[in-house]
Amino acid sequence: MNIHEYQGKEIIKKYGVAIQEGIVANTPDEAVEAAKKLTAQTGTKWHVVKAQVHAGGRGKGGGIKLAKNLDEVKDWASKIIGMTLVTKQTGADGKKVNSVLISQDVFYPGESEPKEYYMSVLLNRATGRFIIMYSTEGGMDIEEVAEKTPHLIFKEEIDPKVGLQQFQVRQIAFNLGVTGEAYKSMIKFVNALYSAFIDIDASMFEINPVLKTSDNKIIAVDAKVNLDDNALFRHPDLEVLRDTREEDPTEVEAAEHDLNYVKLDGNVGCMVNGAGLAMATMDIIKVSGGEPANFLDVGGTADANRVEQAFHIILKDPNVKAILVNIFGGIVRCDRVAQGIVDAYKNMGNITVPIIVRLQGTNAVEAKKIIDESGLKVFSAIELQEAADLVKKVLS
Amino acid sequence: MSVLVNKNSKILVQGFTGKEGTFHAEQMIAYGTNVVGGVTPGKGGQNHLGKPVFNTVEQAVKATGADVSIIFVPPPFAADSIMEAADAGIKLIVCITEGIPTKDMINVKEYIKSRNCRLIGPNCPGVITADEAKVGIMPGFVFKKGRIGIVSKSGTLTYEAADQVVKAGLGISSAIGIGGDPIIGTSTKEAVELFMNDPDTDGIVMIGEIGGGMEAEAARWIKEHGTKPVVGFIAGQTAPPGRRMGHAGAIVGGSDDTAAAKMRILKECGITVVVSPAEIGKTIAELIKVPA
Repeated sequence: MNIHEYQGKEIIKKYGVAIQEGIVANTPDEAVEAAKKLTAQTGTKWHVVKAQVHAGGRGKGGGIKLAKNLDEVKDWASKIIGMTLVTKQTGADGKKVNSVLISQDVFYPGESEPKEYYMSVLLNRATGRFIIMYSTEGGMDIEEVAEKTPHLIFKEEIDPKVGLQQFQVRQIAFNLGVTGEAYKSMIKFVNALYSAFIDIDASMFEINPVLKTSDNKIIAVDAKVNLDDNALFRHPDLEVLRDTREEDPTEVEAAEHDLNYVKLDGNVGCMVNGAGLAMATMDIIKVSGGEPANFLDVGGTADANRVEQAFHIILKDPNVKAILVNIFGGIVRCDRVAQGIVDAYKNMGNITVPIIVRLQGTNAVEAKKIIDESGLKVFSAIELQEAADLVKKVLS
Repeated sequence: MSVLVNKNSKILVQGFTGKEGTFHAEQMIAYGTNVVGGVTPGKGGQNHLGKPVFNTVEQAVKATGADVSIIFVPPPFAADSIMEAADAGIKLIVCITEGIPTKDMINVKEYIKSRNCRLIGPNCPGVITADEAKVGIMPGFVFKKGRIGIVSKSGTLTYEAADQVVKAGLGISSAIGIGGDPIIGTSTKEAVELFMNDPDTDGIVMIGEIGGGMEAEAARWIKEHGTKPVVGFIAGQTAPPGRRMGHAGAIVGGSDDTAAAKMRILKECGITVVVSPAEIGKTIAELIKVPA
């Protein structure tokens, strides 16, 4: 689960991570109030207005602006709130901005030059351990750094038996080249960040940039926090941070019905039992000349009710020109699923796109008979290749 | 004989008396699997499905000599169950449970390292040796006896592959569902290695998906040590980057873990890669029939 920058910053701050302070605002007037309050709290003269969306690359997309007075705060807030922000990570449709984080200006002049670093905590799947990945090249796209200057990316792997060790924390500070007061701040920063990560069952932290200010503080200027969905049962206080406005409304609705649905851009919808087979079904749609319109795993119980909900979800997408249902009936019997499909189809009454139903496994032959004798505009198949051929046929 | 389990395996069911445990234990017994009992804390001393129930895995192992355990325990308690089995001396632990927190699995992985055991899963369909033992949730009838081994991250896609292999005139020695989570006990490479060393297996179907580097690792191992034909399929060729496709581990995170990158690496390592999942059975049949 993703959360907003302001939520992520609030969490890590509780663990002692120094952050660029800010106050979230939902309207331009709230933004001005937030700016006044922030100046009172931190003494900041200028403010940064930051769009709160679940996507990176906000600055380049025009979602982060510097305001030098309260009029500019109001001006930028009214331009950013409600805008559709398009960044590298949002896709062409972009994301609607519902709120802004009014933040203190942290690039103020002082005794030393400000310097930006990169730091993330994530799972190294190859070793099954968490790593802290960091770089002297902050404020940039880390994929780009990895490609062009891989020697500037460092990693510390954490041994689960003993956790993060202080020699590793020192190594981070030395590799980043911080000294004096900044060194001490960095040690505190890394320790606090990692304990927050472990405590809240995060699956990823990305702090880009980590900033050394001109007065040698180390602070998190951004915070991308990703939580482990499987561990949310331990954190009811974090579960409520979910902002469903950031998700596709159809995906939210599907999740309410326990359907695992991901919307894609293609023209052939699909409904499958099992995640692996669902991905394979998307692939066979492509092989057959179509493009998958979605990923949808109906899970183990494909009864009439669930099938109807699934059809309903798939058909919300106007691009869908055909639907491929692919069920491998192991424990679940195909004839039951077939009956469920027929009932759902009749119940809905308004399906105009061709449907291809491929049922394989227990009672597949009986299932095909039920479909074939239903009199509906439904094509039946038993083998996967037959289904693929039918997709090709209905698309041509 | 085949791999991991056979008719002599003595199988214990953890989470035996729960809904899932009961349903699948019944199916396993009906298949002819040698289920010797189960564990549900607090229900020790009872009888369930005609088998004894124990409070702890340790007691169950002492009483029955069980060497394999299958886990149907809900996610918050599943990591604990795996470690209990490992501590009690179970040699093969199959964890079906989906949804175990990553942090718990990091600890499990570390814990079992120093115990003499193998973990399959979690979030997997289990292991089956055709006509001998079904330690999992797969439909047994699909896996007709033969000499092809299947390694897969997913459930229904494994059944699909097995069905195609059988329809192509071959059969299955064993099938291992290694699981779709980011951290799992047995990797693709380790499962492939088991089949390469199995005298009852002539060819291998290796089914991977987007996310992680396990297929590439297996492919490089096969290039060095492989002695049998391998057909590979990678699910998720059409998956967009950054989106999780059902399985917790099925997410494209970089340029190396896309389906296209994995398929390229597999090909480079001499594996016969199929683009269409409908051609898995046909392709392994062609490879097996060609005399070496």
